[in-house]
Amino acid sequence: MKVLVAVKRVVDYNVKVRVKADNSGVDLANVKMSMNPFCEIAVEEAVRLKEKGVATEIVVVSVGPSTAQEQLRTALALGADRAILVENAEDLTSLAVAKLLKAVVDKEQPQLVILGKQAIDSDNNQTGQMLAALSGYGQGTFASKVEISGDSVAVTREVDGGAQTVSLKLPAIVTTDLRLNEPRYASLPNIMKAKKKPLEVLTPDALGVSTASTNKTIKVEAPAARSAGIKVKSVAELVEKLKNEAKVI
Amino acid sequence: MTILVIAEHDNKVVAPATLNTVAAAAKIGGDIHVLVAGQGVGAVAEAAAKIAGVAKVLVADNAAYAHQLPENVAPLVAELGKGYSHILAAATSNGKNILPRVAAALDVDQISEIISVESADTFKRPIYAGNAIATVQSNAAVKVITVRATGFDPVAAEGGSAAVEAVAAAHDAGISSFVGEELAKSDRPELTAAKIVVSGGRGMQNGDNFKHLYALADKLGAAVGASRAAVDAGFVPNDMQVGQTGKIVAPQLYIAVGISGAIQHLAGMKDSKVIVAINKDEEAPIFQVADYGLVADLFEAIPELEKLV
Repeated sequence: MKVLVAVKRVVDYNVKVRVKADNSGVDLANVKMSMNPFCEIAVEEAVRLKEKGVATEIVVVSVGPSTAQEQLRTALALGADRAILVENAEDLTSLAVAKLLKAVVDKEQPQLVILGKQAIDSDNNQTGQMLAALSGYGQGTFASKVEISGDSVAVTREVDGGAQTVSLKLPAIVTTDLRLNEPRYASLPNIMKAKKKPLEVLTPDALGVSTASTNKTIKVEAPAARSAGIKVKSVAELVEKLKNEAKVI
Repeated sequence: MTILVIAEHDNKVVAPATLNTVAAAAKIGGDIHVLVAGQGVGAVAEAAAKIAGVAKVLVADNAAYAHQLPENVAPLVAELGKGYSHILAAATSNGKNILPRVAAALDVDQISEIISVESADTFKRPIYAGNAIATVQSNAAVKVITVRATGFDPVAAEGGSAAVEAVAAAHDAGISSFVGEELAKSDRPELTAAKIVVSGGRGMQNGDNFKHLYALADKLGAAVGASRAAVDAGFVPNDMQVGQTGKIVAPQLYIAVGISGAIQHLAGMKDSKVIVAINKDEEAPIFQVADYGLVADLFEAIPELEKLV
């Protein structure tokens, strides 16, 4: 079966971001960008399904600027067969991305779509669920285990109190949680081979999708800084401070 | 303006996060209706009717809603929600699972995990693991929002006397089914609602050593949390994880033991009132956010702390 994986180019998770002085957003000039960590897990899961003989083709898709081709090439080096970039320079909302992905799903007709559970920049945790709603498919969000049998997929999900397993009819949408797998690294020969794999570039217009939004970001600020703390010398001093100064125990 | 709040529950009791969500609705202003969707939820509906500030409780009691499957619950919420100005749910795993599906069905953008209400259409929410706060305005006809519980003080669970009304609508998409669940058992307070949280990281070295934290937590009446490193190393189950990808807590006192303080962990706890860090590495980033830092071996400091509190 065909598996579609969505990946996003985001600021690297180790970078401590800075808010721009004019409060218009976060400064991303000259900052290291990478594939969103949850998307890496999504790609890995698709590659493992192919290695098990369940998946026959992996198509990786990204919605973003032309530089997102780097992340698509990374996914190709990890084992995806071909890539699609829906090129759009502006920041889109999750709903707009979900609509673009829906158009790609209609075109490609995958049996399974795997996304990360959230992107570490917007922290929205929406796109997978929205894509499932627009496609009319079942959704297995926050997956820690994915098992395909026949025409259904059993997804074990990480929920607040522990784990829950649901069964979904295929085609279905899965979003990955951190513990689904440990993503592999791309080897140098595979990075070289990935350069020759097909990468198609589309536009929202070509897909006939409007990316208009009902949300507007008015400003972005730095969070309130915590006032500097003190170092105590002993456990006794710590207990004394907590009891008499902070009054929390 | 009328606001629809989706009750968080397990078919038996109303989860505390519902009270924080109602508090956010009260800040927006207008009548507040609560939807209880599930199976055999009579007791939940009664409890929801007593929540302070709630005007009406809608009850959708149907086998299709028993496990809150989004494929069935989201169409129900979207259908009922059309007449409301706002639809709110707690940013729990349930709320996060269902609400975006509702937003897409209504063709509106969602605002996730708000931490404050600026006005009826403007809200603040953290982005980039809490390293920036965005102010977002929505012009959607129905504003679909998840609420970060720690951003709002809960309303009283008693004192209201809302009317309870049954909803007949039944949606069963027939594309998903519940197979089973495995819930972690704990006698300690729930992590997201605890006044004191004691968390352990990689520095705990193994799962067995968490017994020191459990002993301290029991003495303090605290919940026990963990960093991702401790969860990934298999010391403790993943529902104990505090951070960007785990639970967000804001207790009165957060004690971080053997946790270095990576950005992703701080995202889950830096709104705690008082933060204590116990770590033997005095360069650990956790000391930059800690009100009280103790540079010490945790295996000596924790038993001593337990004795003194």
